[in-house]
Amino acid sequence: MTKARTSSVVIETPEGIAFTLLLASPVTRFLAWIIDFLAIMALDAGLQNALRITGILGADFAQAAGILGYFVLSTGYGIAFEWRLRGQTLGKRVLGLRVMDAQGLRLDFSQIVIRNLLRAIDLLPVFYMVGGLVSVFSRTAQRLGDLAANTIVIRNPKIEQPDLDRLLGGKFNSLLEYQHLAARLRQKATPELAGIALGALLRRDEFEPQARVELFDELAAYVQSLVKFPAEAVENITSEQYVRNTVQILYRGK
Amino acid sequence: MILDLPRFLAAERRYWTELASALDRIESDPSRRPSLDEIKDLHYLYQRASADLARIATFSSEPETRRYLESLVARTYAEIHESREGRRRMNVRRWFAQELPQTFRRHLRAFWLAVAVTLAGCAFGVLALRIDPGAKAVIMPFAGLMESPVQRVAREEHAKKDRLHGVKTTFAAELMTHNTQVAFFTLALGMTWGFGTVVTLFYNGVTLGAVSADYIQSGQSNFLMAWLLPHGATEIPAILLAGQAGFILAGALIGWGTSVPRGQRLRAVSRDVLTLILGISLLLVWAGIIEAFFSQYHEPVIPYALKIAFGTVELTALTLYLGRSGRSTS
Repeated sequence: MTKARTSSVVIETPEGIAFTLLLASPVTRFLAWIIDFLAIMALDAGLQNALRITGILGADFAQAAGILGYFVLSTGYGIAFEWRLRGQTLGKRVLGLRVMDAQGLRLDFSQIVIRNLLRAIDLLPVFYMVGGLVSVFSRTAQRLGDLAANTIVIRNPKIEQPDLDRLLGGKFNSLLEYQHLAARLRQKATPELAGIALGALLRRDEFEPQARVELFDELAAYVQSLVKFPAEAVENITSEQYVRNTVQILYRGK
Repeated sequence: MILDLPRFLAAERRYWTELASALDRIESDPSRRPSLDEIKDLHYLYQRASADLARIATFSSEPETRRYLESLVARTYAEIHESREGRRRMNVRRWFAQELPQTFRRHLRAFWLAVAVTLAGCAFGVLALRIDPGAKAVIMPFAGLMESPVQRVAREEHAKKDRLHGVKTTFAAELMTHNTQVAFFTLALGMTWGFGTVVTLFYNGVTLGAVSADYIQSGQSNFLMAWLLPHGATEIPAILLAGQAGFILAGALIGWGTSVPRGQRLRAVSRDVLTLILGISLLLVWAGIIEAFFSQYHEPVIPYALKIAFGTVELTALTLYLGRSGRSTS
């Protein structure tokens, strides 16, 4: 039996709670590596310039320091950043990625060192070909270094509470006049519908006028198909207001 | 599930904020050890957040809150359920006197396998050169080794100028970085089920055996020992330790005779591999210094007997250190 590739890892805790870690795609990881590569080059350029300025210590010493400096930078960059920034390098931070233990446990320093040292193999023959191929065939998108260190790279989006006060504040909600229907709506609405309706409201100013009207018409029609409110509750309100009222019922309850 | 959501959020949010702050404190300093009270509080808040997540998981209207709670539970789970010894600052003296030699001895079979593969390579190199001396260019593709040993010894012993004058430190740095890369590569190839590690060790053995055979056949044993022993006494063991670490990885990857999942097997050996990596790095830094500043100078500058004695002392000390150090506390 072949194991299908997944886009997330579900970890079940001994308390019976499951949480999901979203896996980063090989392409995003490659882009993060390019940012890190440029950062290493910039740091190395700074180091070489500093050594040139302090050349009074002798050309031999400066050259040796340059060689060792580049080696330490290229090998230690990933280790130092992932340790101090808890699984993130600059590239990973920019693209919202993070290295995690594959079992969701705390990342150990030894895991960070191993996954970074095994990059030497993953980079072969050029541009992460070995690592890319292995991660494409890995169920959890692990390159060889990740397999050896038992780590995964996840997407780490910043999670914030939606500002409902700004969105819903102070407007009359005609649907709330019918509490029993509002309760039925709460019962019938799926989490996906609630998320889509809220997302549409939050991003309403980004849509073209025509697309905005069509989207809210479609959403309002779908909500009406779940629970039918009396005509007097919905007359004289736009589809967008209807969806706004629905979101208030789902998120606020009253 | 019937849930008064606004009331639920109002009641629980402060606990989530408290949990997030506690996690921020713990995560901001990886080497910090939280107090018992902090751990108790964290455990309580974790259980509370887990219960809240279970309550809200099936509720339609709070996908953002659910994701937020999931992230909190995931972060706390990582801190609470980690059974490996916590993060602490490295005690250099303890690491050097106990951890490195004990780790080496714990995986002695992997080390002997690395030695056996290297010796097999040496034997192959010796035999190949004896059967076909013309194969020297193929077996030892290094320009510096192409001239006959007699010619080289004569050139080195009659040299009027120091050929490394003004570049000794650079040479040492090049040796350190190159050898460390080779060692890390040997180790990393353990992830090819050990096949790559075997090939690298065998190839190193072939080169070593062929060079040795070439110099011994030419009657230059003294020069050979004086040239190789001072830095080879630490450089060759370092490569063998890299092979040992590679075989440890390979063993965990293959997992003969164990039902433990692969991820846990690799996790179990990760700290031992790290310890060996640090040991290898130290040995190769030393080897680079000795090779650049000592090994490359021959009679009459430095007597061969002194160089051989120096190398022998190094090898004996390393053997005693890896074999005996930290025995009483293991």
